[in-house]
Amino acid sequence: MATGPHSDEIPGTQLFDGRMARKGYALNKMCYSFNDAANREAFKRDEDAYCTRFGLNDEQRAAIKARNVLALLAAGGNVYYLAKFAGIFGLDVQDIGAQQTGMTKDQFKAKLVAAGG
Amino acid sequence: MAKIIGSVTTSHVPAIGGAIAKNRQSDAYWKPFFDGFPPVRRWVDEARPDVAVVIYNDHGLNFFLDKMPTFAVGAAAEYRSTDEGWGIPTMPPFAGELDLSWHLIESLVGEEFDITTCQEMVVDHAFTLPMALLWPDQRWPVKVVPVCINTVQFPLPSAARCFRLGEAIGRAVRSWDSDGKVLIVGTGGLSHQLDGQRAGFINKDFDLQFIESLIADPKWATRYSIHELVRLTGTQGVELVMWLAARGALGEAVRKVHANYHIPISNTAAGLVALEAAA
Repeated sequence: MATGPHSDEIPGTQLFDGRMARKGYALNKMCYSFNDAANREAFKRDEDAYCTRFGLNDEQRAAIKARNVLALLAAGGNVYYLAKFAGIFGLDVQDIGAQQTGMTKDQFKAKLVAAGG
Repeated sequence: MAKIIGSVTTSHVPAIGGAIAKNRQSDAYWKPFFDGFPPVRRWVDEARPDVAVVIYNDHGLNFFLDKMPTFAVGAAAEYRSTDEGWGIPTMPPFAGELDLSWHLIESLVGEEFDITTCQEMVVDHAFTLPMALLWPDQRWPVKVVPVCINTVQFPLPSAARCFRLGEAIGRAVRSWDSDGKVLIVGTGGLSHQLDGQRAGFINKDFDLQFIESLIADPKWATRYSIHELVRLTGTQGVELVMWLAARGALGEAVRKVHANYHIPISNTAAGLVALEAAA
C-alpha cells in the first residue's frame, strides 16, 4: 500500500485533483471565461482589472503576468483552461510544451518526432 | 431492436481542426494521419449508420469546475460547437437523437450508473473533430447522442468502470425499440502529456499493445489504475478510457476494419481503430 501522499509521484507530473481544483478555482474560472471573445478583449484591455474581477491571489496574478505555465500550474491552473489563456497570445500546446521543458519549440518538436522512432 | 454496427476510436487533437480548415491533409506532416481515414470512411459509408453515440471528454467548454459530472449524457435536440478560445473553426450543428438519449438515460440509471443529463450542451473539438474526420463534408448523415466522461478533474472514473459503462451503453442500444443502426465513436488519446516538466511524454510500446488488445483482449487495459495509466500514457493519455467505453459497447467478438498509428500529431501519438461488431 502507498504510505504517503507523495509515495507514488510521477516525475514532472502534477495531477489536477481536489487540492489543486480548490487552489486554482479563481484562476481557472478566469481562464474559462476566455471561451468568449469579448472576455479575451477585456483581459487584453486591462489585465490587472480583469484578474481583480475574478479574485486571483498574488501567486496567480504573478504567474499570469509572467505567462509562466509551470507557475500557473503550481498556482492551481488546469491545463485545459490555461490553454485558453495561452490562445490569447497565439501560443499552442507545443509552445507551452517547449516552455515547460526548457526547450526551444524546434527542440520540443524534434523530441516528439524521436518518440515515434 | 437497434443494432450496433461497430466502433471508430480516434484521437481528437485540436490541431486537426486547423489542418482541416487550411486544407493541409496532403502535407507531409499530416498525410500519415489523414491517410488512415479513407478505409474507415468506406466501411462507415457502406454500413450507413443512422445514429452515432459519441463518447468523448469535454475540455472546459460545456463544463467548468463549478459542476463536474463524472458521466454525462446529452438529451438535446441539437448540439452546437462554439468558440473554445484558441481559434479552431466551429462546425455545423448536430441533430440529437432524443429517443435514444432518453432510452440510454433510463437504461444506464437502471443499471446504477448515476449519470448527469444535459438538455443543453455545447460540444468541443473532442466531439466535432472525429465527426469531421468521418464525414469531411460536415453534412452529418447521422443523429447523435453525446456521452461525456470527466478527464479534467481527478479522481477520474477507473478504466474498468469506463469499460462497464460501455457494456451498459451496448445493452441499452441493443434494447432500443428502433430499427436504427448505431455507430459507437470513442475519442481521445493515445499517449500524450501537455502539462508539467514531463510534457511531450509518449509511450509507443504501450499504445501499440493497447491497440492490439482491443481486438481479442479488450479488458487488458482495465487492469491499470488511473494513476498507473497516467504514468504509462501521460496526463492526457488517460483519454484511452473513452476507447475502452466504446469497445465495451461492442460485445465479445469483433473484426478489425482498419487501424492507424502515427507519432506525432502536435504533442500526441495519434491512433485510429475501426472495429465491426459481430452480427
